[in-house]
Amino acid sequence: MDSNGGVDELLTELQSLKDSKLDIEARISVLEAQLQQIQSKQHPNQKGSSDCSNGGSESGHDLTPDMIYRYSRQLLLPSFGVQGQSNLLKSSILVIGAGGLGSPALLYLAACGVGRLGMVDHDVVELNNLHRQIIHGEAYIGRSKVESAAAACRSINSTIEIVEHKEALRTSNALEIVSKYDIVIDATDNAPSRYMISDCCVLLGKPLVSGAALGLEGQLAVYNYNGGPCYRCLFPTPPPTTACQRCSDSGVLGVVPGVIGCLQALEAIKVASLVGEPLSGRMLLFDALSARIRIVKIRGRSSLCEACGDNATVTHQKFQHFDYEKFTQSPLSAAPLKLKLLTADSRISSKEYDEVVKKGEAHILIDVRPSHHYKIVSLPKSTNIPLANLEDRLPEISSELKRKGIHDAPDAGIYVVCRRGNDSQRAVQLLHKMGFTSAKDIVGGLESWAHDVDQRFPTY
Amino acid sequence: MQLTLEFGGGLELLCDSVKIHSVNVDLPAEEKKLTMKHLLAWVRSNLIKERPEMFMKGDTVRPGVLVLVNDCDWELSGQLETTLEDKDVVVFISTLHGG
Ligand SMILES: [Zn+2]
Repeated sequence: MDSNGGVDELLTELQSLKDSKLDIEARISVLEAQLQQIQSKQHPNQKGSSDCSNGGSESGHDLTPDMIYRYSRQLLLPSFGVQGQSNLLKSSILVIGAGGLGSPALLYLAACGVGRLGMVDHDVVELNNLHRQIIHGEAYIGRSKVESAAAACRSINSTIEIVEHKEALRTSNALEIVSKYDIVIDATDNAPSRYMISDCCVLLGKPLVSGAALGLEGQLAVYNYNGGPCYRCLFPTPPPTTACQRCSDSGVLGVVPGVIGCLQALEAIKVASLVGEPLSGRMLLFDALSARIRIVKIRGRSSLCEACGDNATVTHQKFQHFDYEKFTQSPLSAAPLKLKLLTADSRISSKEYDEVVKKGEAHILIDVRPSHHYKIVSLPKSTNIPLANLEDRLPEISSELKRKGIHDAPDAGIYVVCRRGNDSQRAVQLLHKMGFTSAKDIVGGLESWAHDVDQRFPTY
Repeated sequence: MQLTLEFGGGLELLCDSVKIHSVNVDLPAEEKKLTMKHLLAWVRSNLIKERPEMFMKGDTVRPGVLVLVNDCDWELSGQLETTLEDKDVVVFISTLHGG
């Protein structure tokens, strides 16, 4: 048991202490916030305008001395000032998604003094989130994003009300949750959520600050505000599924959603405090690589819009039964697709492939991921032929088979792998069509290899 | 006619990953003006190198693509009937969903 010098025991105890520490810290911030709420209710004149000690009756506002000090740099802004801050403190904002966009948005909204700040997410924090989801820390890996974000917000500002919605937003709960807030921030990562949130905001008359980021680009707009267009006015028909790229497939530079999330907080603050000119009827396009921001004029509210037009068909009743996943042909969560294109006899598991290697069976392994994926990590002795080039590079497969002395027979060992086991199936379909009838794909791709065969194999 | 065409939101991947194209588009024969309809057909045959269905559907852009003529939604200038002038800037941008 003591073969590694008690390292395991130390690690176990460390982990359990760290977990307890997190729980205690979270509890402390909740209790502090509750105390603050009770005290402000019991002594309303401490922050009320009738309190003479802070000159409240003369200044005509209800900011307490602590608030004046905390928000002083905002009060000093002539265009924001006491009125803007008071409006902000009375407002409530809901941030949907505590990820790359939601992280900075939540931090700034908590810091600047939004009266009630709600957050919705059902995900847990993962290590590969941390490069962009800056509200979360290593200590929260494996724990609820909402819990993590709420603790971070409370540690910045224990004087505002923070509401945790640890659930996915669905048509069944969206109307109820959204109705409790004045302004909504869409910080989600998928098409069906965007349509659902926009429709919900139209039904409830809530302004919507919508942001999106992918790769090195970002987009931002304020919808359903002051007679301006809604998301559906602009995009009445959902795009094809193939046009909806995900950060988990296409990548994203962490700071890019950070920039857009900050701008979302800014637009929400402007709407809440009634200061400035929100980005309604316009859209901001951000291109990080060329360092360019372009603001364009977009169409106004469409009288033909299904959601907000003259003959709108989206009603409360219909909304609750509308299938947004079917409408957009893509899932509400960012979970990757699991295709099933091949029959079982054209597939092998990663464990079975491991046997093929161990037995030294003659075979070739084709990795059909894009070359920049292949550069991150690959299996030994695999050949990288990206799916997009497969058809043009079939002769390479024939010569590789010949070189290894494998005859182009029905049982020739041709295995195909990709990241998760979707593209490998597409590749095998193509290979079968082109005469390589023995080709098989590895179910679940490199992810299953890392999970079932070699736990030290990197995943990304 | 000298035009600047820009592709963003992933559409640049359809034209060799080049985002900004300075192009010269001739007026179609027997036509006095160049419209967006002409330009789309020109772009499809001259700039789009792969998966044209990711750019167009029928004779217009596919759902989810915004077209901006001089930083203005083409919906405001007549969509396919929008008339283009020398030195105009036309942006094609695919809407993003990530976060
Ligand atoms: Zn609308």
